[in-house]
Order: sequence, then C-alpha cells, then structure tokens
Amino acid sequence: MIGETLRARIDAEIARFPVKRGGLLGALHIVQEGQGCVSLAASKELAAIFDVFPVEVIELVRFYNFFHESPRGRHQVYVCTNLPCALRGANVLLKGLEQHLGVGVGETTADGRVHLGREECLGACANAPMIRVGGVYHEDLDLAGACAVLDALE
Amino acid sequence: MQKVPFTTGYLTAHCGDDAYGTLDGYKAEGGYETARRVLKKGTPEDLIETLKASGLQGRGGASFIAGQKWSFMPGAEDDTGPRYLVCNADESEPGSFKDRLLLERAPHLLLEGILLAAFAIRAEKTFLYVRGEYGEAIRVLTRAIEEARAGKVLGPRALGSRFAHDVVLVRGAGAYICGEETGLLESLEGKKGQPRKKPPYPAENGVFGRPTTVNNVETLCHVPHIVEKGADWFRGIGTAESPGNTLFGVSGHVVRPGLYELPLGTPLDEIVFEHAGGVAGGRKLKAVIPGGLSMAVLPAGQVDVPMANEFLRERQTALGTGGIIVMDDTTCMVRVACIITHFFREESCGQCTQCREGTGWMNRIVSRIERGEGRFEDLALLKDVCAKMEGKTICAFADAAAWPVQGLLRHFPQDFQSHVTHGQCPYPGSFVLA
Repeated sequence: MIGETLRARIDAEIARFPVKRGGLLGALHIVQEGQGCVSLAASKELAAIFDVFPVEVIELVRFYNFFHESPRGRHQVYVCTNLPCALRGANVLLKGLEQHLGVGVGETTADGRVHLGREECLGACANAPMIRVGGVYHEDLDLAGACAVLDALE
Repeated sequence: MQKVPFTTGYLTAHCGDDAYGTLDGYKAEGGYETARRVLKKGTPEDLIETLKASGLQGRGGASFIAGQKWSFMPGAEDDTGPRYLVCNADESEPGSFKDRLLLERAPHLLLEGILLAAFAIRAEKTFLYVRGEYGEAIRVLTRAIEEARAGKVLGPRALGSRFAHDVVLVRGAGAYICGEETGLLESLEGKKGQPRKKPPYPAENGVFGRPTTVNNVETLCHVPHIVEKGADWFRGIGTAESPGNTLFGVSGHVVRPGLYELPLGTPLDEIVFEHAGGVAGGRKLKAVIPGGLSMAVLPAGQVDVPMANEFLRERQTALGTGGIIVMDDTTCMVRVACIITHFFREESCGQCTQCREGTGWMNRIVSRIERGEGRFEDLALLKDVCAKMEGKTICAFADAAAWPVQGLLRHFPQDFQSHVTHGQCPYPGSFVLA
C-alpha cells in the first residue's frame, strides 16, 4: 500500500508540473525509495492516482533501468563497465567483487545486504575504475579499495 | 566529486573553489551581475542577436548553433500560453564527464545561464533534467535552487527585474536515450523516453505541448560569459567556424586522465601527448575515439587533427561531446566493438525496427567474432547492417550506433580478420570483457 506519507510526497511532486502525468517519473522514484521497489501492486495504485492504465506505469518501470519490480537488497552496488572503465580494469574489479561477495552480477547476497550489478557509463571516466553505491560514487578504486567500501556497508 | 580540470579557462577558472558553489561565493566573483543587467534593461531580441553573433555551438554533441535554436521560438506576438526552457543534464555519453563538473562545482553559473536563456526565449519555467545516477549533482543543485529562491535570484521578480522565473529539478531514471532532446521531453511528461518524429520541432510543440528550447549544461554555462564579454571576445577564441573553449574529457590509457578546458581547434595529439601526458606505461598509441563512444575512432596516424568539426569531418568523425578515449597498442578492437555494440543494444529504445534489431545483430556478430566463432562473411554483414541502420530511423541513435562500428571496420579490419582466421584474439595483453 502507498501510505499517507508517500502519497503526500507524490502529490507535492505532481504540483511541480503543469500536467499531472509529469509527476509520474518522480512518483516512481518516491515509491521505490519508500518501498525498496515498484511492485505490481504499487504500479496499479500509481495508475489509479495518475488516471492512466496500469500497463502505462508497468512499462515505465521496465523501460527505465533505475526501477525494479522486486527488492534488491539493502545496498545496491554497480560497477561501471563501459569502455573508459573497462580499459582501466573494471571487469577485473567486477570479477574480484563477485568472488568477494560470493554472488554473480544481478544477484544479492544471501543475507540481503548487497546487490551487485554492472552499469553503463556513469560519467566518472577519468577516475576509473569506479563503483556507485546508491547515490554515492567511489572512484579511483583497486580491488582492495572496492572491497573495503563494500565491507563498510551495514 | 568530479576532479577539477588540469587546464582551466573562463568556464572552469573557479571550479576548484568550494565557495563558488554557494550563492555568496558566486556573487563575490561578480556572478549574476550580467543577468541582473540584462533582465532589467536588455531585450530578448538583443540577447538572441548576441548569441547568434557569437557563433556558439551547442555543447551537447550535435554542435547546433545555440542562438539559431533560440530564434526558432515564437516571438512576443505569441501569447497563447507558457513556453519552457529545458536544461539537458542527462549526460550519459560514454567517455563524457564534463557536465558533471559544472553541475557539481558551478551550479550558480548554470542558473545564471538558465535565467539568460529563459529571458531570451520568454520562458516562465525551466525543467532541469539531471541523470538519476548523478547523486552529488542533484544534492548540489537542489541546494543552489533553494538558495536562489531565498535570495530572490529566482521567483516572481528574478534579480529584482520584472521577469518571473522558476527552475524545476527533475531526476532521470537511467536511460541513455533521454539525452536525445525529444526523448527527454517525453520523459519529462512521465512517459518512456522514446524520441519523437520531427517536425514538429520542440520550438513549436515541445514539453506539455508548448514551445520549448532544449539546451545542454555546458552550452548554458557559456551564455553569461558571452553576454558579459561580448560576441567578438568569444569569436577571438577557437577557430573561425568553431569559436570558444570547451571541456575535453580524456580517459583510457593516458598518464593524466581528466578534464581540460581548451579552445576548440586544439590539436588532438597535443591534448593526448602534452596535456594528458601521453600513453600510460610507456606503451604506444593505437587509437583514439575523439568525441564519446558514438563517434568513429581514429588510428594513431590520424590524431594530428584540430578538435573542431570542420577538421574532424574530413577524417569521417566528429567532435561529439569532446570525450576523448585513448587506447594503447595492447587493445583488441574487437573487444572495443563488443563493448560499443553491447551499449547500444542495451540502450536502444526499441521503437524503430532498424535500430532495435540492428543493434542486436551487430552485438551478436561482433561477439561471435570475439569468441573465435566468426565467419569471413561477417565483416561484410556488419557493414550491411550499419548501412541499413544509418539515417533510417526517427532519431540519431541508430547513426550513433553504426558510426563507431564503421570506424573500427574502416581502420582496424585486420583485428577482425585475425580473429576469424585464427579463431582467437591476437592481443593476449588486452583489457578484458565481463
């Protein structure tokens, strides 16, 4: 259920646009931050709020890489593996992190602590390799440094 | 936080100074004085003329003349409703990281550029669309906009003038195609970022059905400087056709990867060998991508080229976003092709058949060559797929997917042929794929 607090934030988001639907992308961010994902049920609720068909919300969740339909663990860690990072060893780092965590790309540790993924260019090309943990960048990493970042996560 | 440029100029001179990111610090450097003067005493027509006279090319990748774009907007006689400015801060071209610096370190310079551009096109509101991954930039801009509202820089009487303006920060959600201007408009409207057929162009029918101009971050950051110092000053920097400085981002196998603010027309070899310190580890240069992943590669023998479109065009490539990716002689170009085609396959919005299917075909062909399972006819097949994508879709994404593959086949066919002939990679020391 989208509770009162989230609903109030969604209404405030809608008010920023001249057309109600303009707030939909922001509403998806709000729901995912509040609930850890955008479930099918949440998409249906959002559809009712925005007066659109459920499929119009669901296809946004699937179009935008940011959104996911089931929870992904407390911390989401993404390794940039596009060309500038790959040239400086990003895939070696990624394999090392897979071993360190005991999970593959797209998987979450058994305790639900860390989700490991790879992403396309994150705009940190001069500081490669790098990882993104939620909204925070960790740059100029080697494997030991990246492992230390992950180990420090709660 | 993004590293400060190794060489600075008018755009980034204060980017190393933390105070410059605050309203007071920006004002201490004379910030907002240009916009204050123009909003109180200038006219939109004069502003557009200044920008046109300056010859400023958009810095978002397409190099379209910014003043001309503004002039497409309806004039004062059109009073049918609101019109909008959109700032494209969805920087996501691989190899490009310049807008991130300006967003994180010069938020008020951007806001002043936004105010001037909005005044020129008579926009009441700006939607500032920042890519969702740029967490630090979003935090900095949120604070800067709040400061600007509290300090009456924005609001019903912006900078004490009769011009009303507000900025709405919008967070993207991880889709490269939203950097395409009409894909971005769709995303702002709460839809999938699938680019629109043109015409109508955004100046006629943009976001929420209203006249809209979309400008890139670095483009807008140029505006206060050009208006303050004049079109002639700006014309005195760079080349005749491509005036001004730009922020080159250098990445890959160089000694000093980073940002370099330099005039357009600076030779590529000077940037790579002098500014960025040359190839790392004492290796030899193999190739350079001059303008972000979408642009065709240049082999080592062709890097003696001024970085401006009129010169790069002769070498069948372009300036793009100024993201320079340097590769040494250990680099396997088939692996480079794997990364490029994987990227475009992932990011195709899926709306046009040529692009949706073509990007997948290219990635599958290149991947099987890389695995040592390629066929001799694959090279011709790849060229054929490229030809059937280029220029045949709603937006330039399919072109951007075809150009780099064409460039690799043009300059490094031997890398592909060797994989097919020997069934394995001839570069044992090359970077590895996932």
